[in-house]
Amino acid sequence: MQTIPHTLSWGHDIPDPMRPARFRVESVQHELTGVFTVGLKPLDETQTFEFAPGQFNMLYQFGVGEVPISVSGDPARPTTLLHTIRAVGSVTNALQRVSPGTMLGVRGPFGTSWPVAAAEGSDLVILAGGIGLAPLRPLIYQVLANRSRFGAVCIFYGARTPDEILYRDELEQWRGRFDLTVEVTVDRAGSDWLGRVGVVTKLLASKGFSPPDTLACLCGPEIMMRYAVLALHDQGVGDQQIYVSLERNMKCAVGFCGHCQFGGAFVCKDGPVFRFDTIAERFDTREI
Amino acid sequence: MATIGGLDRLLAEHPFFNDMSERARGLIAGCAANRVFHDGEYLMREGEPSDTFFLVRHGAVAVEVNAPGGSPLVLETLGDGDVLGWSWLVPPYRVQFDCRAVGLVRALSIDGKCLRGKCEEDASLGYEFLSHFVRVMAERLTATRLQMLDIYGHPSDYVEAQNRVAIETAAMVPAKPSPNGD
Amino acid sequence: MPNTLLISSDQLQTLIDGLRTQGYETMGPRLERGTIVYGPITSGSDLPAGFRDEQEGGHYRLVPSDPSGLEAESFFRYVVGPYSWKRLLFPPRQRLWRARRSDGGFALEPAETRPHPYAFIGVRACELAALAVQDRVFSQGDFADSGYRSQREQTFLIAVNCTRAGGTCFCASMHTGPRARGGFDLCLTELLDESGHRFLVEVGSEPGRKLMEQVSYRRARPDEIEQGRQAVEDAVGSMGRQMRSDAGDILRRNQEHPRWVDVANRCLSCANCTMVCPTCFCSTVEDVTSLDGAESERRRQWDSCFNLEFSYVHGGPVRREAAARYRQWITHKLTYWHEQFGTSGCTGCGRCITWCPVGIDITAEVAAIRDSERAVLEGEV
Repeated sequence: MQTIPHTLSWGHDIPDPMRPARFRVESVQHELTGVFTVGLKPLDETQTFEFAPGQFNMLYQFGVGEVPISVSGDPARPTTLLHTIRAVGSVTNALQRVSPGTMLGVRGPFGTSWPVAAAEGSDLVILAGGIGLAPLRPLIYQVLANRSRFGAVCIFYGARTPDEILYRDELEQWRGRFDLTVEVTVDRAGSDWLGRVGVVTKLLASKGFSPPDTLACLCGPEIMMRYAVLALHDQGVGDQQIYVSLERNMKCAVGFCGHCQFGGAFVCKDGPVFRFDTIAERFDTREI
Repeated sequence: MATIGGLDRLLAEHPFFNDMSERARGLIAGCAANRVFHDGEYLMREGEPSDTFFLVRHGAVAVEVNAPGGSPLVLETLGDGDVLGWSWLVPPYRVQFDCRAVGLVRALSIDGKCLRGKCEEDASLGYEFLSHFVRVMAERLTATRLQMLDIYGHPSDYVEAQNRVAIETAAMVPAKPSPNGD
Repeated sequence: MPNTLLISSDQLQTLIDGLRTQGYETMGPRLERGTIVYGPITSGSDLPAGFRDEQEGGHYRLVPSDPSGLEAESFFRYVVGPYSWKRLLFPPRQRLWRARRSDGGFALEPAETRPHPYAFIGVRACELAALAVQDRVFSQGDFADSGYRSQREQTFLIAVNCTRAGGTCFCASMHTGPRARGGFDLCLTELLDESGHRFLVEVGSEPGRKLMEQVSYRRARPDEIEQGRQAVEDAVGSMGRQMRSDAGDILRRNQEHPRWVDVANRCLSCANCTMVCPTCFCSTVEDVTSLDGAESERRRQWDSCFNLEFSYVHGGPVRREAAARYRQWITHKLTYWHEQFGTSGCTGCGRCITWCPVGIDITAEVAAIRDSERAVLEGEV
C-alpha cells in the first residue's frame, strides 16, 4: 500500500509575504503637481534593498492602506529606496503628506524586470509616457552605468504639457550626452515651448536605432503602448523585441488575491514587465 | 538657391518621395524651391490663400492657433522629413493655422497651384501624388486623435479632487482605504 | 494492516474520539438552515443522518428519507452543500496582521496561529481535488500563504466516496470523482443494506493507519469491496451533466462571442458562484484602524471577479460589463487556470449551478458556445 504522510510538506519556512518591513522616509521631493518622490531607508540602516529595474513595492502607510508603486531609483544604490508617486487615491494622497522621519511599511520587491541583460549588445529604445518614466528610470541608470555594453540608446518621452514633464532636469542632462538620443514631446503647449508638440509614437519614426537589433521598453498609458507597438512594427521592430509594463489592480502582489489577472497572467508576478509577444493576443481584447 | 539638379537630389532625400516614381518626382521638382526660415518667421499664416506646401528638411515648425486672451496654442510641431500644409489641395485653398519656424528651418516649398495644374493634366501623376499625400494626412489624423485623448492626464481628475476632499474631511478620523484601494 | 478494512457504523464515533484525543478539531457536515454545512462535530449523531439533497440550477432542498427505508440511517447520502472546506483553510474573513503605534511609527505584532489542527470528516472526491487546487494556488512559486500552509499541512482528511450523484454534479467528466483516488488519510465508502450499516475504509497515510489501530475493524471481503465499487459506479451512472474536455480551448478562441452578452442578461453579478466555489481564491484587503488610532490591522476577505470594483485601476474598472466579468470567471476557471497552475480550476462539484439564483450552468454555457461554432461549421446558420 502506498503510504503518504497526511502532513503535506512544502519544505522550509518561507517568510510571510503579507507582512511589511519597516522603513523611514528620508526625503520627499516635489516633482510635479500631485507627483512626488519619496526616499526610504530601512529601519535597520545596515540593510540594503536589492531590486531589478522595473520591479515594484507595496508601500503601506499606517492606518491608511497599501498601494503598489514601482521603484524609480538607482539599482546600484540600494541604500535608499526611491518611489515616484502620483496622488490619485486615498493611500497615495496620504503618502503625499509624509515628511522625513515618517515610518512606512514596504513589501517587495515584486514582479519581473526590464530585460537589461538581453538588451546588451543591442540598440535600446526606451519609450515612456507621463509618469511611466518612473519605472523606466532605474533601467536608464543601469544602462548609463554600463553604457559601453549597449548599442544606440534612445529615450523617447511624451507628456501632457511642458509643465508635466517628469524628471525634467535629468532629461536635460541626458539630452546633453553625446551617447544618448533623447526626444521629448508634449500633447499641448504654448508658443513659449521650444520643444516638440505631438504624439510620442511619432518620435519612433526618427531614426536613431537599428530596428532588427533593437529592444524596446515601453511604459505609459495602455493606449499609448498599443499605438507605440504599431509604430514599432512600422519600423520593423517585432513583438519579441518589445517589452511593456502593465498596471492592474493589486492587493497582495504575490499572486494570491487574483485582482491583477490579465488573461492567464498575474500582472504582479508574471509582470509587470511582459515581453509583448507573450501577451499580444490579449492586448487588444476589450475588458479582459 | 540650389540648381534644379540640386533640388532633385534634395527631393529624393525627403522621405515623402520614398516609393514615388522618378517621373512624378521630376514633375514635382519643376514646382519646387529651396527655402530657409529663421527662428520666429512664419512659413504660413492662418487665413491667407494657400498655394504652397512645404517639405521640411531640417528644423522644427510649430503649427499654432492664436486664441484671444492667451498666448498662441501649439497644436503640433513638425520636423525633419515631415510634410507641412494641405490646404492648397482642398478648396477654398485657405491656410488653416499659423506655421512658425522654431529655430532655423530648411525646407522645400512646392508651388501648389503649379502642382494642381500638373495633376489635373496628368491623372496618373495626380493619383500617385495624392495617394502619398493621403498617407501623410491619415497619419496626421491618427496622431491628432491620440493627442485628443489626453492619455497622460489623469483619466478622471475629479477622482483626485474627490479623494482630497474625503481625506481632508476625514483628517481627524483614521482613514479607511477607499473600496477601490487606489 | 490490509488495504481495505471494514468497520461498523458505530466505529465512526471511535474515529472522531481518536482524532479529538490527538488534539484535532473535528469538522464535518451538519444540518443548518436547511442545508448541509461544515462545522464542528463531536459525535456521529451530529451528522445529518437520513437526508438527501435535491439540487438543480438555482434549486437546493434537503429531503428526509423514508423513515421505514434503509436510507434513513445513512450518514452521507447527500452531496456537497453551499460550504466548502475552503472556508476553514482560507477563511472568508481573516486578520493578516496587526500593528500598533510605536517607535515613532508602528510595530507589527507577532503572527498568530490556530492552536488546534483541523480534521475534516466527509471530504468528497471533488473537494479533495479542490484542496489540491488551492494547495497550488497558495504555495506555488516564490511565495506561500503562511496561514493557509500551516493549517493545511496539519489537517487530517477523512474522505467519503459518493454513492449518489447530486443533481448538478459533473465530477466524472472532470476526472476528479466520485471515487477519491488519493490525498486523504482515510477514505470511507458507506455500505447500507440488509447486512447492516458499515463502512469500507481505505488507509491513505501513516497517520491514517495509526488512527485505525484504535478502531475495531476487520479485513473487507471481496464481495464487500465490490459492493462499494458498485455503489460509486451508481453515482457515475446517475450524473446528469458533463463538462466538455476541450472547454478551455473553446473559451480561449471565443473571447468575442454573442453568448457573453446573452449570459450577462441573465447573470445578476451576485458573486454567489464565486463564494460557493471550492477553488475560487480571489480576495481583497481592508485596513481597519481603532478609534484612537493606536492600532491598525489588515483584514483579508473573499472578493469576487463579479464585483465591479474588483478590476478598478485609477480611472475606472477594467471590466465594466457583466459580460466581461462572467467571461473572466469562466475563462479563468476553465482556460487560464491551466496556464497558471497546471490544472483546471473546476472540479465538477456543481455548486455554482445550484447556488446561482438564476441557474446559470457552467457546463451549458460552454456547450452553447461550442454548439454555435459547430452550427457555423456545418452551415446551419
